Amino acid sequence: MTFVFLIVVAAVVIWAISAYNKLIQLKGDTLNAWKQIDVQLKRRHDLIPNLVESVKGAMEFEKETLEAVIQARNQAVNVQAGASPTGGVQALAGAEAALGAALSKFNLVVERYPDLKATTNVGQLQEELTSTENRVAFARQLYNDTATVYNVKQQQFPWNMIAGFAHCEQVELWEITDEKEREVPQVDLSMKPKE
Amino acid sequence: MTGEGNLFEQQRSNRRRSAILVAIFLAFFAWVGFGGDLGFYLYTLEAPPNAYHHTIPWFGIVTTVLGVGLAWIAWKRGPKQVLWASGAWQLLEPGSPEEKQFVNVVEEMAIASGLPRPSVWIVPDQDPNAFATGIDERDAHIAVTEGLLTTLNRDELQAVVAHEMAHIRNYDVKLMTLLAALVGVIAILSEGAWRVMRVGAMTGGRGGGGSKGGGGGGGKKGGAGALGLIIIVLWLITLILAPIVSRLLALGVSRKREYLADATAAQFTRNPAALATALRKVEDASAPTKAIKRGTAHLCIADPMGRRITSKQGFIANAFATHPPMAVRIARLKRMAYQYEQTGVIPEAV
Repeated sequence: MTFVFLIVVAAVVIWAISAYNKLIQLKGDTLNAWKQIDVQLKRRHDLIPNLVESVKGAMEFEKETLEAVIQARNQAVNVQAGASPTGGVQALAGAEAALGAALSKFNLVVERYPDLKATTNVGQLQEELTSTENRVAFARQLYNDTATVYNVKQQQFPWNMIAGFAHCEQVELWEITDEKEREVPQVDLSMKPKE
Repeated sequence: MTGEGNLFEQQRSNRRRSAILVAIFLAFFAWVGFGGDLGFYLYTLEAPPNAYHHTIPWFGIVTTVLGVGLAWIAWKRGPKQVLWASGAWQLLEPGSPEEKQFVNVVEEMAIASGLPRPSVWIVPDQDPNAFATGIDERDAHIAVTEGLLTTLNRDELQAVVAHEMAHIRNYDVKLMTLLAALVGVIAILSEGAWRVMRVGAMTGGRGGGGSKGGGGGGGKKGGAGALGLIIIVLWLITLILAPIVSRLLALGVSRKREYLADATAAQFTRNPAALATALRKVEDASAPTKAIKRGTAHLCIADPMGRRITSKQGFIANAFATHPPMAVRIARLKRMAYQYEQTGVIPEAV
């Protein structure tokens, strides 16, 4: 009888250890995916001043559009500094979506200047911008997938009994609630170089 | 959440199916290696004490050592060999806009898949095609032809790169390298056995059964001895059929992995339609990819031989192709795209 009891205890302990490790692993994955977003957002933020600089001369009378982009960019940089998976994700998502909207407006304006688009430098920057937008999107996708698994796991029975020991917390997903903002990536995709 | 869940579920079922095929393959390999030993062991079990007893499975041991050896060589030299044979050059400093775009797309897919960025190669060939190689995900390579870069638009290129990243993520290169080595060993063994039997038949003058146990003594003891004889005969028959069976099994695994890579690519890009149109374009450029050799065919996005076999359906065509029929792959992807558009969920079964 004691023998059976010991086996049961051992099995429970082994399960608890592996469940704990699994949760820690998921937490690490989530933080890692978040860092990836951070890196790509920084890339996006660094690219914008270059872009603005290279078109400034030719677009003097579009100052408003340029300023809107710069402002949205600075706003996003500020919000990013304070964001982490457990807080401020939604705010950052909002700020980045606003930046995306400003950028797409900017792209529409650039379309009106064929000479400008013909300049290789601007063409290259536009490819960079497309790629950056994609990177942000894919990093976000990876983060959301990873974070969802993490969130669900720590709520499921019996993992929820271990979650406290592993200091697990629910993390925020990167979600865009506004329908208008959802359209942003599509606008970006449309600006690939036309033959 | 449900969307990803379904997609993951589909990948799990795909993975399960190829796991079953791999298990069958390994069982087959074990039978080819150790079946003869088992038969011999049973056959000599009741032999007189001073006669030969087949207790050590020599044949199985030799087969296993040979298999491990060949797999090891393929493992060590395979990726370099494949790149070298295709004449690919590594893209370190992207010059043209197409090359820059390609490098960007690879980085994007590395982010989407959560893998380290593979090194990037270009094959000087005008036919659109692409392949991935590298045993380890930290030492992976993606190569595309020049034709691919000029034929596809950005989204399609992204889809193709996603398919290749999926091969890396799903450890397909590892799996197929291993299976290719085992197919090689079986071919060598079968060839060897064939020769031994011919020599046996000529010298022994005992017709078909020449090699199976010259003077062993007693089939009349029944039981283990008779069973042993039956096993030996069955084993010799499988040994003759082995090369084709093992090749068919390996091709079966290869096709399962193609579907899986398509599904994984859809998970990375969330854009199955782009992969469908990319496959259509690759298919329409029907010229064979000359730079890519036959041994690399199973790593490519589409069969580089331009064999008509992949474009046909039917039992024989299916069984001998490295890739599933193009039409079926495109149809599956289109269905995925349609359902994804309608519901925001990629369907579970395609």
